[in-house]
Amino acid sequence: MPEQTDFVAVADGLIAGTADAPQLIGSRCRSCGVVAFPRQASCAACTSRDVEERRLGRRGTLWTWTIQCFEPKSPPYAGTAEEFEPYGVGYVELPGEVRVEARLTEADPAQLRIGMAMELVLVPAPGDGAAMTFAFRPAEEGE
Amino acid sequence: MSPNDGVAVVGLGIHPFGRHPGVSGLEMAAVAARAALADAGIGWAQVDFAAGGSDAAGNADTTVSVLGLTGVPFINVRNGCATGGSALTTAHAMLSAGSAEIALVVGFDKHPPGAFNPLPEDWGLDSWYGETGLMLTTQFFAMKIQRYMAEHAISQSTLAKVASKAFDNGARNANAWRRRPLSEDEVLASKMVNHPLTQYMFCSPGEGAVALVLARGERAKSLARTPIHLRSVAFRTRRFGSFEVFSPSIPIESAPSPTTEAAAAAFEQAGIGPRDVDVAQLQDTESGAEVMHLAETGLCEHGEQESLIQSGATRLDGRLPVNTDGGCLANGEPIGASGLRQVHEVVLQLRGEAGERQIAGPHRVGFTQVYGAPGVSACTVLSR
Repeated sequence: MPEQTDFVAVADGLIAGTADAPQLIGSRCRSCGVVAFPRQASCAACTSRDVEERRLGRRGTLWTWTIQCFEPKSPPYAGTAEEFEPYGVGYVELPGEVRVEARLTEADPAQLRIGMAMELVLVPAPGDGAAMTFAFRPAEEGE
Repeated sequence: MSPNDGVAVVGLGIHPFGRHPGVSGLEMAAVAARAALADAGIGWAQVDFAAGGSDAAGNADTTVSVLGLTGVPFINVRNGCATGGSALTTAHAMLSAGSAEIALVVGFDKHPPGAFNPLPEDWGLDSWYGETGLMLTTQFFAMKIQRYMAEHAISQSTLAKVASKAFDNGARNANAWRRRPLSEDEVLASKMVNHPLTQYMFCSPGEGAVALVLARGERAKSLARTPIHLRSVAFRTRRFGSFEVFSPSIPIESAPSPTTEAAAAAFEQAGIGPRDVDVAQLQDTESGAEVMHLAETGLCEHGEQESLIQSGATRLDGRLPVNTDGGCLANGEPIGASGLRQVHEVVLQLRGEAGERQIAGPHRVGFTQVYGAPGVSACTVLSR
């Protein structure tokens, strides 16, 4: 069950590893091999219930992106109007695994490009708690 | 089955789209239903099957108490953006099966201003997904068209032209909400919402109602109006691998969209191909959706949209007019009414009764496609 982490995650069963090297907790179907995130109890591809937990890779490439320019409605958004800053959102393709939707640390459209290398990090989750959520930041190519 | 044995649209009714303070969704539905019955030249008592619904404005069969209690079997439908399409599918099936002769289909809605505000638990997602700011339909649409533009060389100018066309068409439609023409430059200069989509490239949740009267076979021919044949209705949900809204992850291997599959099925059932279509209404929740749906439905090749739209082919006087009533962009999106609005407009165009927005070219075959969360699509083929 949950190993010790050195951060508080926004939800249980979502993020493993350490603050310096977080890993997303997904699942892999033992029947057809399809990987999903977050962890699923059954496989949406082949309907099998023989699914195992899988720690996903930390690096990938940006598959698509946008900038969230307006503050989302609360609820469900946990942030507040005072602290709202536009943020990037994208899908990052983890090679051989799955494309994961996530916040991006970069919110300048000029700095984002489909195909660029990305790396998983933790960022403070919106709201007034101490919880961290996952995000991807641009990584040096071939780093 | 020849079209003469099949199902036809024989009556149209609409309550104007937009904002109507003090008028309930059900009241709008009753207005549309009475107008459709009058257009068909029949009374409510002659309807022997009804289906309809709204997403957020109540149960459709409550209109029965306004129209009169006749004992008619009435199926309430609440199926998100496919509400109208699902009601139409149901009525089409009942008529085709011979279980009814004349059916009424009604769709209506009344949403508060601002973007839709879905909650994670209603969509099988955990609360963190909404709390961290990932649960927005606008984000999804932006990311889908962003990827599509990169893969198929679509320009932002083309996105703006889609919106500008919608508002031009809306200006010619007395039932539309947004009736002020906007130039491509005005669309591009409006506030950025989610890159690459600006404010005027998005439709807004709104209010409105549409009703259709359908009849089968000989019964359709005996009524007042020229029947417009409903050649097919096809309805699909997403397969694993289709890129859909509210997906914390998507697989690397992709699958055809529900629209691709629904459109192919609709054309096959109708025995009519996409190249025969004279006028189309496509889901245009935002400009990018119209661009992508043009190809997903088979009306053009992927990537061909850039030249089609830049050359004006999808305008009223083009070779493939699209969203001739202004679409969702100019009419807004009362979820339950949207899909039926598309059919309403195509029937008007095929009758040749679309007034100052009547398409210039032939008007023999029409097509509609409604699409929504979490990956549902309903398509129809209609012909004179």
